[in-house]
Amino acid sequence: MSVKSLRQTVQGLLPSLTPVRFVAEDGTPVAKPPAGYREPSVEALREAYRRMVLGRRFDTQATALTKQGRLAVYPSSRGQEACQIGAVLALRADDWLFPTYRDSVALVTRGIDPVEVLTLLRGDWHCGYDPAATRVAPQCTPLATQVLHAVGMAEAQRRKGEDGVAMALVGDGATSEGDFHEALNFAAVLRAPVVFFVQNNKYAISVPLARQTAAPALAYKGIGYGVRSEQVDGNDLVAVLAVLTDAVAHARAGHGPVLVEAHTYRMDAHTNADDATRYRDADEVERWGAADPLSRLEAHLRARGGLTDADAAAAREEAEALAADLRTRMNADTTADPMELFDHVYAEPTPQLREQRAQLAAELAETALTQED
Amino acid sequence: MAETTKATKVTMAQALNTALRDALREDDRVLVFGEDVGPLGGVFRITDGLTRDFGEERCFDTPLAEAGIVGLAVGMAMGGFRPVVEMQFDAFAYPAFEQIASHVAKLRNRTRGRLTLPMVIRVPYAGGIGGVEHHCDSSEAYYAHTPGLKVVTPATAEDAYWLLRDAIADPDPVVFLEPKKLYWSREDTDLERRGALPFGRAAVRREGRDATVVAYGPSVPVALAAAEAAAAEGIELEVVDLRTIVPFDDETVTASVRRTGRCLVVQEAQGFAGVGAEIAARVQERCFHSLAAPVLRVAGFDIPYPPPKLEHAHLPGVDRILDAVDRLQFGDEPDTRHLLKGAVA
Repeated sequence: MSVKSLRQTVQGLLPSLTPVRFVAEDGTPVAKPPAGYREPSVEALREAYRRMVLGRRFDTQATALTKQGRLAVYPSSRGQEACQIGAVLALRADDWLFPTYRDSVALVTRGIDPVEVLTLLRGDWHCGYDPAATRVAPQCTPLATQVLHAVGMAEAQRRKGEDGVAMALVGDGATSEGDFHEALNFAAVLRAPVVFFVQNNKYAISVPLARQTAAPALAYKGIGYGVRSEQVDGNDLVAVLAVLTDAVAHARAGHGPVLVEAHTYRMDAHTNADDATRYRDADEVERWGAADPLSRLEAHLRARGGLTDADAAAAREEAEALAADLRTRMNADTTADPMELFDHVYAEPTPQLREQRAQLAAELAETALTQED
Repeated sequence: MAETTKATKVTMAQALNTALRDALREDDRVLVFGEDVGPLGGVFRITDGLTRDFGEERCFDTPLAEAGIVGLAVGMAMGGFRPVVEMQFDAFAYPAFEQIASHVAKLRNRTRGRLTLPMVIRVPYAGGIGGVEHHCDSSEAYYAHTPGLKVVTPATAEDAYWLLRDAIADPDPVVFLEPKKLYWSREDTDLERRGALPFGRAAVRREGRDATVVAYGPSVPVALAAAEAAAAEGIELEVVDLRTIVPFDDETVTASVRRTGRCLVVQEAQGFAGVGAEIAARVQERCFHSLAAPVLRVAGFDIPYPPPKLEHAHLPGVDRILDAVDRLQFGDEPDTRHLLKGAVA
């Protein structure tokens, strides 16, 4: 390879030196729009805005439900709505999404019933929704493990001659896991149509980014594997949607995988069980609050004449209805059938599982009798 | 009409290779991948010629990363394929353990059967080949202890063929443990005619009235050799080959022990918390009143797998089995007072 073509290859893989941004924090367009990306239509941005309003309300309602004991735990993504919504809107309905536990808002945006989304966090053993029908893998708790599954799914689609893409969602902490690196490497070698979307929200529970990596940005982790990479302002929905749409198109066209890092911020603690004041100061949270993705998009849309007061009110009304419905349905007590614990271990239960199922049934019948007495 | 058989000498390695070929030929969804399985044919040559005959699309080399291989297989199985992946050696499979324990074993359950993983993880396993450090381990207990996995280990070429075909056709993930030292053992068999028992059933390899020896995988030929030696002393050992550790065939094992009244369990693996301990417990729970002696385990020692020069001291051989047979208290008459009491009542 000549020095010239080698330079071109390297340049083609490296991310922009600073995160791609279309809209500044105050909602005004940046002086020089980023080259190489197409700004989404006003219509697309209006839809994204509506979804962000819904997503934020879902998130705050879910957090409230944990305080009422209706959810075992909830990892909030408040502040990351541009990423959550941008990721889903960049995909087609027949593309696959491989989310983590912090991506509930993305799942709601994908059209999954919010109660089904919260099934696992409510304390059940299964993911709640039908992954085959929704093309959304179960929300993954072990870090970065599902990124390899996304590569496998993308490769399966490629081999079947379909043009579907798989997108894997991970946080900054997960980029330290081995599976993340194996996934980048496998995807590049196979040229699998997969997009790795890192939501760098600056903390892995309590550990700040500086303790996680010495890389100039997480997006630089792509070049070592030959994966095209980009970084984007993760609180600018316009930029997130533009960059991810481009990445998905690149993968779909058969040009191989893309790594996108979004710089964003987790406004709430890791989960309701975490105390973020132990590891970050209020000033920092306040600074990021000023960079809020929802108010930024709203200001931008209003300035472009793409949003009226009536539109905003309608979105808020729809969000309140969603929250009210979620409260009602989540406040209903659910019953889980313990017998079903044996039903999906294998396609057919083993003789031993059949025996154990009968044993538990007898134990429960005995308990029921005792309670009647 | 006399049955025509075309029994020929076949090694276990050839039987496995034929099973992969037949599966690749019959089902387009079957894919074979792993480290060095392509043009090289695998370090044990189990995938010999598959890339040549079926193409790169069906049998291919991957980057050298076991979690990556298994994780890729999970995604491809979710996407409709039936991956058969190779872990190069038992002790090299551990990087994949998180994928196996947290995803391969659980995806059906986590999705209430909406996503299933028909995939096979082939693992050259156990000792007896003089492998250097980290090339021999008996890792079956890790997999057998993980609900959601099926765990198979053949002891004959015929079983190697049929159990691998069954594993590939199975709707659930299967960890397929191939005893390395048996790869090159030959037997007369006709792979076009199924003589093998169904998946999940143990086989009685030798009938005997005096004691039952339960073995699996690499220990089966050792148990049979011990039975041969014991017969010369007038003791008839019945040898049960489990074939599948999960599902476990309680029925065949229990029926045998109830007949013989004595039981030995043989495994190459270190004994503590091993599969043999589980078998001994199950036999004791089910056959207590038929037992004339404690159920004994014959196992490797609780040491890291020894180097080639000392392997012989670790692996259970005929002598260790016969010593255990001697401890089966053949001098004692079974205490049958409880049976008499039952009869009076």
